[in-house]
Amino acid sequence: MSKARSRVIAGGAGPAAEAARLTAFPRETTKLGTFARLLEDERVLGSLLLLPTVVLLGLFIAYPFVKGVWLSLTSATVGNSGEFVGFGNYVKIWNDSIFQRAAANTFVYTGVATVGKLALGMWLALLLNRHFRGKRLVRASMLLPFIVPTVLSTFAWKWMFDPTFSVLNWSLYHLGLIQTRIGWLTDPTMALGSVILVNIWRGMPFYAITLLAGLQTVNPELHEAAAIDGATGWQRFWRITWPLLLPVTMVVTLFSVIQTFADFQLVYVLTGGGPANATHLFATYAYQIGINTGLLGEGAAVSLAMFPMLFLIVVIQLWYIRRVEGA
Amino acid sequence: MAGRAGSGAGMVEGSRWHKWVFFHVPLMVFVVGTLFPFYWMLVTAFRPDGELYRPWRAVNNTPFWTTQPTLEHAIYLFKQTMFATWLWNTMFIALLSTLISLFCGLLAGYALARLRFPLAGGLGTSIFVTYLVPPTLLFIPLANIIRDFRLGDTPWSLILTYPTFLIPFCTWLLMGYFKTIPKELEECARIDGATRVRAMIQIIFPIATPGILSAGIFAFTLSWNEFIYALVFLSSPQQKTVPVGVVSELIRGDVFFWGPLMAGALLGSIPVALIYSFFVEHYVAGLTGAVKG
Repeated sequence: MSKARSRVIAGGAGPAAEAARLTAFPRETTKLGTFARLLEDERVLGSLLLLPTVVLLGLFIAYPFVKGVWLSLTSATVGNSGEFVGFGNYVKIWNDSIFQRAAANTFVYTGVATVGKLALGMWLALLLNRHFRGKRLVRASMLLPFIVPTVLSTFAWKWMFDPTFSVLNWSLYHLGLIQTRIGWLTDPTMALGSVILVNIWRGMPFYAITLLAGLQTVNPELHEAAAIDGATGWQRFWRITWPLLLPVTMVVTLFSVIQTFADFQLVYVLTGGGPANATHLFATYAYQIGINTGLLGEGAAVSLAMFPMLFLIVVIQLWYIRRVEGA
Repeated sequence: MAGRAGSGAGMVEGSRWHKWVFFHVPLMVFVVGTLFPFYWMLVTAFRPDGELYRPWRAVNNTPFWTTQPTLEHAIYLFKQTMFATWLWNTMFIALLSTLISLFCGLLAGYALARLRFPLAGGLGTSIFVTYLVPPTLLFIPLANIIRDFRLGDTPWSLILTYPTFLIPFCTWLLMGYFKTIPKELEECARIDGATRVRAMIQIIFPIATPGILSAGIFAFTLSWNEFIYALVFLSSPQQKTVPVGVVSELIRGDVFFWGPLMAGALLGSIPVALIYSFFVEHYVAGLTGAVKG
């Protein structure tokens, strides 16, 4: 971003070229048609410029949302619009033990993965903020898990977790750390752990790179002064870096919590919700019920069960951004 | 970006072993941990089946390399599956949805950054809120709507829905960018007689090129990676994108074709990885800009 800004200023510093371009305009404003005159009005132009966005978002976000709420109140199935059942679907899923498990899983998954990503991402950002050879290359390659299609890289993990041919088991066995193979994805508790591990692997670079951008704005003199006063590295982190980074950390974390909470791909590929429905999240269970089984109404209800939590996070985020901007 | 970081957090303190324990070793662990799955993808993609399915305790098991690299998996992918079509579909869909999103994002971003009109604040906030709506919240009703619009199983089902998560991001990023451009540039043009629209297109948009590039690269990778909409909206093999094609055509029941799967994962990742490697700085600017707003 800083590069971009300097370019803007550089652009302003070449007034000759700019002026040459500007005087090239004929006095068009004086001889305008009605439509063109309307475009000079900020209110008309503003609405017109926002029109494509509003239409697309309205059609494919607002309308589906309303439709989703309606669906969740009906007994619709594929090819059958069903009838109004009130909160029947919600009552049904509330008492569904798989749904309860999925809800609990989603909270555990989001909580553990978020803490893991934040801690490791922060650590990596601090490491990358130092000078070393090949720094640009390392920094660029660290983002790979985030760039590469998640489904595809998750397959690599699934292959590494393979019950018979796991390279992780092979390595641990030959290092003498295990005697029998670990059922990475076959043991219910272990499976949730494995999914969380892959989520941390995939999401950690996002934290690291955004936090690194934040770290680069911290004035090094603060650290020097604190070091001269005898503060240890640990103290300097908690007293200087952490408070200064807090706004970035907050925004990144809230953003990532939403993504993690609504995650689908990792579980879909790694376990498909199994073994014995032990690793379902809201989204994968909604898919299983709504798409695989074809119970659209109930599936929509499962998805919408995410809404209160997502809403809460969005409200916190908006409130936080306002507060930071206001300050 | 890099110049300043040196003295502060990067201060070298203590002895040599101190630096090894607290810097080199952790960094190496991060590098290996991050990149190993990709290495594993690569090795598997070139390993003959005979070696691939050796029991893990077998004596002759050399998991980390292969002495007889083969192209059979890649050949299988192109001859026996529609992988080439999937690659083309993914590219086409990602490109078009990125262009649509950039177009909408540019206009909306400009309007929100520069123009005063009723509802501007409310619309800005609601665009930001849609940015935070995850696709998994709406895929079931959206599948219904796509069917009602007769878009099911066509690339247009994705080209039109991907912008829902790309536009908010592009708008947000470009809005931030436009705000950094001095208003005077535009005012000069207008004093000289240019219309508002003309000043926007000929003065402001060209200056915003780096921002447009950042938003474009980021949007392209996001749509290349999208999964759940493609999984739900597409059904016939010749319409699929790479992620969905790999999932649905290379697994038969419980049988995973690991060689072709990893070859597909590798080949499906290379285009985005390449684009990314050419535009790392733009991508990072997009990423950090997306968060800061």
